[in-house]
Amino acid sequence: MAVAQVSRAAVSDDQVVADGVAPDPSAPTSPPGAGRRRRSRRLGLWLAVTWLVVIVLAALLADLLPLKSYSELTGVAAQRPGFRGELLGTDLLGRSMLSRVVYGARASLAVSLGAVLIGAVVGGLVGLVAGFYRGGFDHVVTTLVNSVLAFPPLVFLMAIAATVGANLVSLVIGLAVLTIPTFTRLARANSSTFAEREFVLAARSMGVRNPRILLREVLPNVVPVLLSYMSLLLAVLIIAEGSLSFLGLGVPPPTPSWGGMIAAGRQHLADAPHLVFVPGVAMFLTVFSLNVVGDRVRSHFDITPTTTGGTA
Amino acid sequence: MQVLPVLLLVSFATMVLIDLVPGDPVRSILGESATPEQVLAKRAQLGLDQSVVGRYVDWLGNALHGDFGTSLQGNQDVGGAISQRLPVTLELAVLAALIALLLALPSGMYAAYRRGGWFDRATEAVSSALVSLPPFLTATIFVFFLAVNAQVLPVTGWVPLSQDPGENLRHAILPALALALPEAAVWMRLLRADMVATLQEPYVLAAVAKGMRPTNVVVRQALRPSAISLVTVAGLSLGRLVGGSIVVEFMFALPGLGNLMIESVIRHDIVMVQGLVFVVAVAYVVINLAVDVAVAYLDPRVRQG
Repeated sequence: MAVAQVSRAAVSDDQVVADGVAPDPSAPTSPPGAGRRRRSRRLGLWLAVTWLVVIVLAALLADLLPLKSYSELTGVAAQRPGFRGELLGTDLLGRSMLSRVVYGARASLAVSLGAVLIGAVVGGLVGLVAGFYRGGFDHVVTTLVNSVLAFPPLVFLMAIAATVGANLVSLVIGLAVLTIPTFTRLARANSSTFAEREFVLAARSMGVRNPRILLREVLPNVVPVLLSYMSLLLAVLIIAEGSLSFLGLGVPPPTPSWGGMIAAGRQHLADAPHLVFVPGVAMFLTVFSLNVVGDRVRSHFDITPTTTGGTA
Repeated sequence: MQVLPVLLLVSFATMVLIDLVPGDPVRSILGESATPEQVLAKRAQLGLDQSVVGRYVDWLGNALHGDFGTSLQGNQDVGGAISQRLPVTLELAVLAALIALLLALPSGMYAAYRRGGWFDRATEAVSSALVSLPPFLTATIFVFFLAVNAQVLPVTGWVPLSQDPGENLRHAILPALALALPEAAVWMRLLRADMVATLQEPYVLAAVAKGMRPTNVVVRQALRPSAISLVTVAGLSLGRLVGGSIVVEFMFALPGLGNLMIESVIRHDIVMVQGLVFVVAVAYVVINLAVDVAVAYLDPRVRQG
């Protein structure tokens, strides 16, 4: 099972309770405090959605917002955050931190979202076909997927940076390749399950051919599962992109990125902590919100058995 | 997992890295001023005058003997450089895994035993926050509070284990902790989820009914069947530990594989990068093979099935 898949399953449990779906009769009865837990979970979900809406809108509308240019020098270096002057302070060169965080969000989100979309389409299609037809193609796909998984994400991205150089295109492609194994496995598992369902048998007995069954019967059932994992993978990719930019091998300057901002500020933690904490908090809140929303969405659509779920 | 095809594919992908360099790799290594004789000599040294298959057979044969060639910058022996840096990264990864286990095992067991209690809820909140914190951010915050403010621990540098074990631990503990925290969070929730299920099993009820003490039930009866997901994921965690180790070594200026990797990437030293990628990927495959064996030991159903 893919890393993201397993680790997420662990972090969110009690899906039956959380979803408000009728509890499985064999499931354990709700422990004390479940009601309070559910309420605080719902509040957390809404806070997460709100943050994501704010950060996505800010990233999309960055050019229209009354922001200073992210490269404009205001004159005062490493100014503390405050309502007079810059809301979130200035960086070491005196550039507006607010503007840099917003444009950093744009870089981070655009790169990660592009990569997740490519990964979902490529991995989804390959996994769909492999799971439906099985056989030799399936073996080849499984071996390829296991091979990609053998490269630790950061090592893989750095190897690409070493050969092709650090630019936006190679970054997106590298990140996309990293998500392909997860999407392939998800699509493969779901596609092979749906291939044995009654409605597929019914379609086949009516004389529908395989490619049409694949497109009209199986694909529509697999797509929601793939979509439901996007948020979680987006969180993983934002961390990967941040790590790479932190090392100076990700989003190339002068475009601001959260990882790059944290790297620039970390030597000045004692006298100007906002240089690290402003982009750090933005990144943490985004990843955390994506995880919260992702857990919720995934537990709605996921039919693959997880490690949780009573004694079944 | 079919190990042999995966290893062959992984090594092949590593070998062809050099072909991905845009333009003529030899030209971009030697620069524009190189004479045609130098270019030819370098091409022969890298084996680029052979066919891909011939080059691969040569490269793999050498790699299996620990010979990864000489680095493009500084003419270092790649195998030697890796084995010299390996102990630091290995120690960090092992220490991080130990810390993560020390944190995850007791807290996971207790959270499952008192399911829905305050400890369970608190650790759930903390662990979902920890999973969202990349190691470079955790490490930065640690440096701020523990090293700069309190000056308890050194911020940079490394003392080899053989030289002074105590000093070595003082230098290793902060980076290892930064690496361990996200893993501990995942492992703890995983163990807790599996153990909640195990504790509902009839044989656990029987043990309780016989009057066995709770610690005995949880540790001696329920831990082993609940540890299967944990062991599987711990093997997969290796990739993240290595990746996190690159970042953490960079921050704490530790002389491990991670810093070697960063230096080589910045200098476009493809041969050194190839050696590093190969060693890490093979280690990942082999360790996950060992994990499969460990799971078979823990779960008799896997052994028979």
